[in-house]
Amino acid sequence: MSEPKHMRTALARVRGAGSARSGTKHFWYQRLTAVANIPLTIAVIVIMITLLGRNQAAVAQILGSPAVAIIMLLFIGSTVFHMKIGMQVIIEDYLHDESARLTLLMANTFFAVAAGLASVYGLMKLSFGL
Amino acid sequence: MAETRAPAERPLSPHLQIYRPMLTMMMSIVHRITGFGNYFGILLLAWWLNAAASPGAYARFQWFAGSLIGRLILFGYTWSVIHHMLGGVRHLIWDTGRGMGPQEREWLVAANLIGSIAITLILWIIGLLFMGGPQ
Repeated sequence: MSEPKHMRTALARVRGAGSARSGTKHFWYQRLTAVANIPLTIAVIVIMITLLGRNQAAVAQILGSPAVAIIMLLFIGSTVFHMKIGMQVIIEDYLHDESARLTLLMANTFFAVAAGLASVYGLMKLSFGL
Repeated sequence: MAETRAPAERPLSPHLQIYRPMLTMMMSIVHRITGFGNYFGILLLAWWLNAAASPGAYARFQWFAGSLIGRLILFGYTWSVIHHMLGGVRHLIWDTGRGMGPQEREWLVAANLIGSIAITLILWIIGLLFMGGPQ
């Protein structure tokens, strides 16, 4: 009769999967941000349509108003997180050369953070008139 | 003496070129491509939000958005976002284990494709006819 190698249950091992102990983290955050993105994207589309044809002063005032700015910020946060994970999966799937993969994984994070913070900066400027 | 052996020639699992193209398969690829496109679309959002602070910058953004190439990009971006969102809903349904049957999955991908085209056209009709933009 063979000895069991460890006392941990299958579920416990799955939950701590992989050497990084975070096996299902990305899967979960992909779904979490996907669900958040549905109402946020619909709200942003409605905001964009109502802003069509308005002049710059009106657009700046509406985008900078609290409710609209907060919805935009939530959208940016959720979307940037979602697209960063998604692009990471694409890079990991198709790039097998180690150095190219590491370079692009870094670039992916840089791009997501930079584009996200630039968008947040634009909104802050409208909200606080800096 | 240690010898390094060449890896055994094992058969590879069949990949894309083996299978007859199917709608579900193509839509899986389209979901990834639209996600890839949406990734760069955030640059337009960042530009728009930063341009809104000054009349000159906003005029430049509006000139781009109203140009032929700008409208084509924005139209494609609209469809890409809507398609990816509906595709996401489809994947969330599949995550629960539902909608996997032979007819159900075909119905879902067809609804995804038809829905994304219809919603994109409706949004642009509302935008162009009723809201007066993009100018």
